[in-house]
Amino acid sequence: MSRVQVPCHIKGAVALQVGDVRTVQGRPGVLVIDVTFPTAGPIELQEITFKNYYTAFLSIRVRQPGSPNKWITCLRDYCLMPNPHNEEGAQDYVSLYKHQMLCDMEKVLELRLILRQPSPLWLNFTLEDLQFFQHGPQSPSSAFTKWLSHPAPYEQPALLLQQALPDPDKVSSEVQQMWMLTEMIRANRTTARIGRFDVSCPAASAFSPLALTWPGLTSSVCVTGGWLL
Amino acid sequence: MLQEEEDLSLTIAHIVQKLKGSRLYSQLERQAWVSLQKPEIKLESLKEDIKEFFRITGWEKKLQNAVYSELTVFPLPRHPAAPPEHLKEPLVYMRKAQGSWEKRILKSLNSMCTELSIPLARKRPVVEQKELLNKWNEMGTDEPDLSLFRPVYAPKDFLEVLINLRNPNYENGDHLNLRTHLGLIQVPLKVKYISELKDYFIELSLNTGQLGIDDATQVPPELFENEHVRLGQKVLAEQDSAAAQQYVRQGSPTALRAELWALILNVSNQPEDLLYYEQLKSNVIQHDLLVDSLIYKDVKLTASNDDYYFVFEDYLYQVLLCFSRDTSVLGHFAYNSASPPKSYIRGVIPFHGFSMYVAPLCFLYHEPSKLYQIFREMYVRFFFRLHSISSHHSGIVSLCFLFETLLQTHLPQLFYHLREIGAQPLRISFKWMVRAFSGYLATDQLLLLWDRILGYNSLEILAVLAAAVFAFRAVNLMEVTSLAAAEAVLADLSTLKVMPLLQIFLFATVT
Repeated sequence: MSRVQVPCHIKGAVALQVGDVRTVQGRPGVLVIDVTFPTAGPIELQEITFKNYYTAFLSIRVRQPGSPNKWITCLRDYCLMPNPHNEEGAQDYVSLYKHQMLCDMEKVLELRLILRQPSPLWLNFTLEDLQFFQHGPQSPSSAFTKWLSHPAPYEQPALLLQQALPDPDKVSSEVQQMWMLTEMIRANRTTARIGRFDVSCPAASAFSPLALTWPGLTSSVCVTGGWLL
Repeated sequence: MLQEEEDLSLTIAHIVQKLKGSRLYSQLERQAWVSLQKPEIKLESLKEDIKEFFRITGWEKKLQNAVYSELTVFPLPRHPAAPPEHLKEPLVYMRKAQGSWEKRILKSLNSMCTELSIPLARKRPVVEQKELLNKWNEMGTDEPDLSLFRPVYAPKDFLEVLINLRNPNYENGDHLNLRTHLGLIQVPLKVKYISELKDYFIELSLNTGQLGIDDATQVPPELFENEHVRLGQKVLAEQDSAAAQQYVRQGSPTALRAELWALILNVSNQPEDLLYYEQLKSNVIQHDLLVDSLIYKDVKLTASNDDYYFVFEDYLYQVLLCFSRDTSVLGHFAYNSASPPKSYIRGVIPFHGFSMYVAPLCFLYHEPSKLYQIFREMYVRFFFRLHSISSHHSGIVSLCFLFETLLQTHLPQLFYHLREIGAQPLRISFKWMVRAFSGYLATDQLLLLWDRILGYNSLEILAVLAAAVFAFRAVNLMEVTSLAAAEAVLADLSTLKVMPLLQIFLFATVT
């Protein structure tokens, strides 16, 4: 599932408060962040990611080209902090996907994020690192990778050894499979430690299991080499 | 639904990648090759036949245990955008606090080094190596001059750091108001209420049998104990980690405890592990680290003076000296909020009382390499949380906060009284929790407590026990008038029985 980040313009958070901001004590509990997409037209929104900073609830409203004067709610009171007074979830990384939204996100002109933090304990709250993604182009067909991940079964070359020379096509395909296996092992790097037998050169570790599992092949390769010379 | 499936496949991919490089993977592969020669394995149904073969020969169980161990120990990667520091500790201010604490420890260590002009590490001359090898099993008889060494830090220094922990986004205020916490910890972490604790520790409830209560001499063993022991033997025969973890919540019989703990921690006696221990031992013999002197000093100050543990002094040296050189311990720093120092000492810096984590295990395991592995597993699962600053629910900060919350909620008069006389309860109970009560309780009671730590995979029971001890001695504590007197009331815990205290506090206290 590939995705492409959409460049966006995020306007600064606006606090909503009842009464005069200067004289009233206490901090605002609601912030609104407006997001527009100036370069792209109406986009198809796939995913929204951000880092939370002490926001308890998030609502999202979108404006779509079908009804440009109406704001449609696509996410209502999504809980980011299970208990607004505690630190749980306060600084987590969150992703919101298309399938979690209440309305379809086919064409989005503008987004409005409504942040709520009802607890008076926190001095500030916001969302950081807001990023928006849309569907990327499809990855190229994976016929090549299928060949790598499902190798043809190894065939017994016992009959070949009894003949004078092995079939060159067969041998060349087996050499191809051997090469493919080394590529697979090289790609299959694991994070677990091998311990005191740490080998730094990946090629060296690739060839030793091959020698064990393809004994017949190495002898037939040597025969082929002699024939080619 | 889609998200859960994606999360599940991510989890599976993550665990498969982790296990692919392990010894178990190569053993399974070898077994699969061997099984091909058996007549039951047919080419048409190869996959199913091999799976059946694994199931019959017990290899599937081993794989299950390995997967369970991975799931329990390592937290899964939470979000692709989250950096690795976020996995260690999500809250930024705690990471900063831990970083500055580590800098302080390292500075203190370096200044001690320069003061005493001792190198951080040096290679031992051959004569000294031979001598140490001969004396390996009786290092306790060595009496090096350690008078100039002092422990890098003690639990009370760490407590001061935790008391000063502040969230910059939290409204603390200079004056006392409704938002200031009455206890010492001033960060609003999520801790469980007593109703949540009752659900969490349901196996400790009044109508479930417990070892530590229902195996007393007055209780006939047919009621609970015999059946429990039989069940334990069955669990060991099955070799199932998850079942053992569930079983041990009700306590583990003394005869089966060593094997049960090894099963839960997924520690088996493989020749490779013995080889690894021998390699660490040779590292100890070849190089002398400054940390070794600190370990010597700590053992001499704590375990050697303890009535129960002084006999194990030699074992403690053998385990701890190897532990300070074990680089596989560095793997746990991925989910520990602490980081290893970027100097010669690539590991854990011991503090005063560190050796008490190992001492109770000496009662269970007599072979140094097995003892070492068990201690290492226990450390990277539990004990590291007791001396690093983190918001994890089993971290020491949460435990302290849980203790204070429980005490305030259920014994408000006692809490207020102690606060008024200047004896904040956390100042007394902190040292118990940091050491997981080792050295304060009688050994059999301590092992029963550690059974539950393994069973629930969490250290919260330490905070509950600390509150329960205060509740038990509440009457005496209400009459004291100073911190010293309060400490005297709570000085001796060796006569306490852990399980009745926990049961009464959780399930039988009128709230």
